[in-house]
Amino acid sequence: MIGLGLFNYWVVIFLMMVGFYTLIARGNLVKKIIGLNIFQTSVFILYITMGKIAGGTAPIFVQGEQEVVYSNPIPHVLILTAIVVGVATSALGLSLVVRINEAFGTIEEDEIEDTAL
Amino acid sequence: MIELVDVALLLLLSVTALAIVRQQNLFAAVMMAGIYSVLSAGLFVVMDAVDVAFTEAAVGAGISTVLMLGTLALVGHSEHKPKHRPILPLLVVALTGGVLVYGTLDMPPFGDPANPIHHHVAPHYLEESEHEIGVPNVVTSVLASYRGYDTMGETTVIFAAAVGVLLLLARGPGPRRVLVNGLWTTVAREEESPELEADEAPATEDDEPKEDDDG
Repeated sequence: MIGLGLFNYWVVIFLMMVGFYTLIARGNLVKKIIGLNIFQTSVFILYITMGKIAGGTAPIFVQGEQEVVYSNPIPHVLILTAIVVGVATSALGLSLVVRINEAFGTIEEDEIEDTAL
Repeated sequence: MIELVDVALLLLLSVTALAIVRQQNLFAAVMMAGIYSVLSAGLFVVMDAVDVAFTEAAVGAGISTVLMLGTLALVGHSEHKPKHRPILPLLVVALTGGVLVYGTLDMPPFGDPANPIHHHVAPHYLEESEHEIGVPNVVTSVLASYRGYDTMGETTVIFAAAVGVLLLLARGPGPRRVLVNGLWTTVAREEESPELEADEAPATEDDEPKEDDDG
């Protein structure tokens, strides 16, 4: 595990940037929310990666065994909260998209801008 | 062995993310977003975060996908080709990524038990929670007891989001922008032709079941 060094973090940054790119470069509102989800998941992976201990196991007590190494439970707790909040955010965003589509007849950003003029 | 699985899952995640960005069909993009969630759930199992893994598989791959599909049913599933060349976004993304990679150079290596994150309150939870709380799963004890207020705040956020979704979708059809003599104008629903009303009416009906998925 230790041999991997910072590889995980770099992949996390790559995923984060893919999500960020989708968010700023694509005009479709549903695609933007998918990009936001990619970004969110990359942050989850970052936290969970930091909690891992080489040779460790899930932080659930093993009966009758001494000297078990458990991974850090705190990032797990934080990310459990974040996943559920993330889905609440997506639901709110998607219902806004439905409303925008109803009012403007499109979910493409540039077409909405044309309509607003 | 664990390292191999870890690297393979991370590479699959990268490929899936790139495929999602390039995909113009939104239905396919949503399906791949589901695959992305399941892959990340697999990665969480490798990283010993089993509670996070099943939450991600249920909420990220399940409920999220259902919500997205529900939205696509209402708004259609084709994405237009971007009009502008994405030079500026690529530049911004490359710059941000570069700065972030520079930031990681100061981070301790992955998996090292000597990392500072493992030496604050985590040892207390791991050593004492079995006596203090009496639940074998440390994540449960921290979530429900040590950080109970945090979880209550989370519930408040979900409640607020659910109320927001309800307020947005339960309202009847609002005013809309239509082209009148070459000018975009806001028109109230009542003034519209009956067939447009009929066209929109089933859409609001369909929104209601989405609510249940959220709680």
